[in-house]
Amino acid sequence: MEDEILLEARGLVREFSGGYGVRELDLHLHRGDVLGLLGPNGAGKSTTLQMLSGNLAPEQGDIRVNGVNLLARPRAARACIGYLPERLPVYRDLSVREYLGYCARLHGLTGAAAKAAVAQAQTRCGLDAVQKRLIGNLSKGFQQRVGIAQAILHQPAVIILDEPTVGLDPLQIRELRTLIRELGQEYSVILSTHIFQEVQAICNRVQILNQGRTLLADSLENTGVLEQVFFDLVYRDDPAAREQAETA
Amino acid sequence: MSIIWTIAAMEFRRLFHSPLAWVVLALVQFVLAWVFLLGLNEYLTQVMPRMAGRENAPGITDLVVSAVWLWAGLVMLAVMPVLTMRTFAEERMNHTLPLLTSAPVSALQLVLGKYLGLLGLLGLAVLMWALMPVSLVLGTSLDWGRLLSGMLGLFLLLASFAAAGLYLSALASQPVVAAVSTIGLLIFLAVLYVSGSAQGSASTLFIYLSHFGHFLSFLEGMFDSSDLVYYLLFIGFFLGLAVLRMGNERFRG
Repeated sequence: MEDEILLEARGLVREFSGGYGVRELDLHLHRGDVLGLLGPNGAGKSTTLQMLSGNLAPEQGDIRVNGVNLLARPRAARACIGYLPERLPVYRDLSVREYLGYCARLHGLTGAAAKAAVAQAQTRCGLDAVQKRLIGNLSKGFQQRVGIAQAILHQPAVIILDEPTVGLDPLQIRELRTLIRELGQEYSVILSTHIFQEVQAICNRVQILNQGRTLLADSLENTGVLEQVFFDLVYRDDPAAREQAETA
Repeated sequence: MSIIWTIAAMEFRRLFHSPLAWVVLALVQFVLAWVFLLGLNEYLTQVMPRMAGRENAPGITDLVVSAVWLWAGLVMLAVMPVLTMRTFAEERMNHTLPLLTSAPVSALQLVLGKYLGLLGLLGLAVLMWALMPVSLVLGTSLDWGRLLSGMLGLFLLLASFAAAGLYLSALASQPVVAAVSTIGLLIFLAVLYVSGSAQGSASTLFIYLSHFGHFLSFLEGMFDSSDLVYYLLFIGFFLGLAVLRMGNERFRG
């Protein structure tokens, strides 16, 4: 049970002009894992997550979600994924409850099951007090929570969160970290960030990316001081960046 | 199927969450009411006295009601692009499209859902416009067959506008581009009719290709299945293209 692999990606390639993109990326996620994807801007974190969520087709490589090939059977695979993109996919003219109800029905939940799923996601993300308000009138932090509620609503096996704590206040960040740890016990979570403490606080595994390649993929216990490891690896990979940092 | 309804219902509801649907319905109704009253006035004061006693004289349905339908088609030529640009281009610009493309929803369900939502609004609009001619029942007898064939023709015409607009909206990443290209295409098709029926350069092919040519025979009360097939092909062609485009969404950067 512990070793059940819920998400597996092999040899992902997706290049963009200007040298950006992802090259030969491998990634896997067991049940109970919370994997932190760490890297400088432009390292390919969001591109990777877009590919894993089925929103961007890789040029090479394959992705299996819960044993289902994402590229061959996208609908079956996407049913097992909850995805929070970098930019929130929320309709500002809907109320929180209407929006989450719509998301539930999009995932094939109906009637009482949809209602229960919405109620549970609202409670988990602390949205009960604002459920009747329009999303466009909520603060950034609450909007972010709506985005997360949308991703966990249908109890997916794999939860993909692209920079989930951006725009939250310290209290909300703490609540969210607790929530992600909880989710990680039942499902598996992959999240991108560039905050070391965040990885240290909630993840059990870390994967460091730079320029579209993996520099390190290991469990957090084996990694030592994350910040130091990160800089060592990134500078070794890209000596020009070290010179720049040292002259500055 | 239920997913299609879910998307259609949300599309329809969200049209009314913004002022857009209300403004469109109110403005077009106002313009058409004006046309209707003008036509009615002309009919009562000019046409009716001259027609008195003649056999087979054109009735009020021919002269007044058909004019309302024709105007409705012309006005919607300009209005429809604003409605269709929301479907995909605006979602893309607001970054809400990943919600739909991450859900277990196929491109076909997505396109049909959006399209049915739009058709809901168009059906409502046609019914509201029809209330004006139907009110004539209080004072005279109507040619119901002709009234209904005009409504059907108008609905098919608007449905074909919507299908074309939906496809161009699926292509564009900015709503304004979607709207402008849709209005361009629709006006081009109208110009095809004008040029096909121009003296000296008349062309039946042009008239056949233009969706207005088929609309006019509905207005004359003629229900020709080839006209129906034309609209169904037109709609199917553009919806098919839209499905292909949305199916390829994830292959684009």
